[in-house]
Amino acid sequence: MIHKYYLGGLYIVLDVNSGGVHIVDELTYDLLDDAAPPFAEKCPQEIVDKLSAKYPEQEIRECYDEIAALYEEKILFSPDDYEKYAKFTVASPIKAMCLHISHDCNLRCKYCFASTGDFGTGRKLMPLEIGKKAIDFLLENSGNRKNLELDFFGGEPLMNFDVVKEVVAYGREREKEYGKNFRFTITTNGMLLTDDKIDFINKEMSNVVLSIDGRKDVHDNMRPTAGNKGSYDVILPKYKKLVDARDKDKDWYVRGTFTKYNLDFAEDVFDLYEKGFDQISVEPVVCEDKYPYALTEADVPAIAEEYERLAQRLLENDRNGKHFNFFHFMIDLDQGPCAIKRLRGCGCGNEYVAITPDGDIYPCHQFVGIEEYKMGSLVDGSFNTEMKEQFAKTHIYNKPSCRDCWAKFYCSGGCNANNYMYMGDVLKAHTLSCELEKKRVECAIMLQAIKSMERGQAE
Amino acid sequence: MKHIMTINKANLKESAAKGGCGNCQASCQSACKTSCTVANQKCERDDK
Repeated sequence: MIHKYYLGGLYIVLDVNSGGVHIVDELTYDLLDDAAPPFAEKCPQEIVDKLSAKYPEQEIRECYDEIAALYEEKILFSPDDYEKYAKFTVASPIKAMCLHISHDCNLRCKYCFASTGDFGTGRKLMPLEIGKKAIDFLLENSGNRKNLELDFFGGEPLMNFDVVKEVVAYGREREKEYGKNFRFTITTNGMLLTDDKIDFINKEMSNVVLSIDGRKDVHDNMRPTAGNKGSYDVILPKYKKLVDARDKDKDWYVRGTFTKYNLDFAEDVFDLYEKGFDQISVEPVVCEDKYPYALTEADVPAIAEEYERLAQRLLENDRNGKHFNFFHFMIDLDQGPCAIKRLRGCGCGNEYVAITPDGDIYPCHQFVGIEEYKMGSLVDGSFNTEMKEQFAKTHIYNKPSCRDCWAKFYCSGGCNANNYMYMGDVLKAHTLSCELEKKRVECAIMLQAIKSMERGQAE
Repeated sequence: MKHIMTINKANLKESAAKGGCGNCQASCQSACKTSCTVANQKCERDDK
């Protein structure tokens, strides 16, 4: 399978199954409408005739031979040999956890998927005992995985920061016994950040996600406080302080959500950069169509155009020595995850679980509160291994619209929770998310192609 | 080649042969809490 597209002045051809990215001329691009395996020894006359008004016959024949040679090298029209690997990781250890340390929040973000922080299950904070049980659960169920990820999530985790600190201390103490390494991360709205908390986070957390939507008016419109005031002016200086004090080898992101209200979200990305942040993620809101801020199919062309505009501006910035990372355009065409990793997305319900303040276990944070997806409880020690096995099978070959999609090894089947919530089935890909993901991947590959050419590394 | 320039190693198949160790990050655990992207992750295999 191949995918070809024109973007950023380049004719790009992706060989889906080898991961090969080829930059071609216009003739090759046109020829690939007809040239496909099995290849003849010479270019068939009907193909030559079709293109001969536009290109010299000799060139067409030469180009056909080049295409056939790449086919022989198995980097064009290469076969999909990976289905046999889909059975791997069915009995995977659990290596990552989303710990809902607080089901309460001090903001009232209009698009909150967690019902303003309590996930529809009442405002509460996680007791230390549940946090400790969560650490134990991860240690005991992680098999031979050394690096264990634990994300402090909410609601707003800083509302229960004393427990965060104690859970970290407990994890650090117990990881030695098991020969493991906890990678703690935290996702915060920043309102309660203090110098002490910043120090602790920068010391203990391998990644910090700082929520901010971009321009002040965009942010304040969607992320008011419980008292309906803007939150932007409170958090911005705190974020800058945290980022400035953070070690360079530790990850962090400012992360925003865009909605129908800011389809010009590239402006938000650049506003964040101009405010001093160079690790940026801004993502589309996912919600029901009934909300006025919802993104719908009708918005796809405008969003696609905006992604292209963002990619072009990133490129110009780069050329001017002003580099920053935009999370969804980050891609490594040579050293990325292996093909086996790419058969499944997040690993939710299989390698990754979420724990509520009551100790209930769910496949991920997005499933929390959906009773039929409760997997078990840390309190009574129950765990639904059948459900785990079902989630292990949510790979691209079991998702009909993924199986034949050119982007399957880049998005890996998308978000199971979104599939369930908006398509009614974890195996039915959420169409709108797919369209946006495909556009992002096209932009990401284009950016890498241009950078690679400019570095003179292309062969 | 005159008409086609390949810009990467096209090594996905090779990665499968040596892959599946599971040392890498769970994909939704970083900045990305609502929309999955696997391809932007790093391989963390010990003996690469």
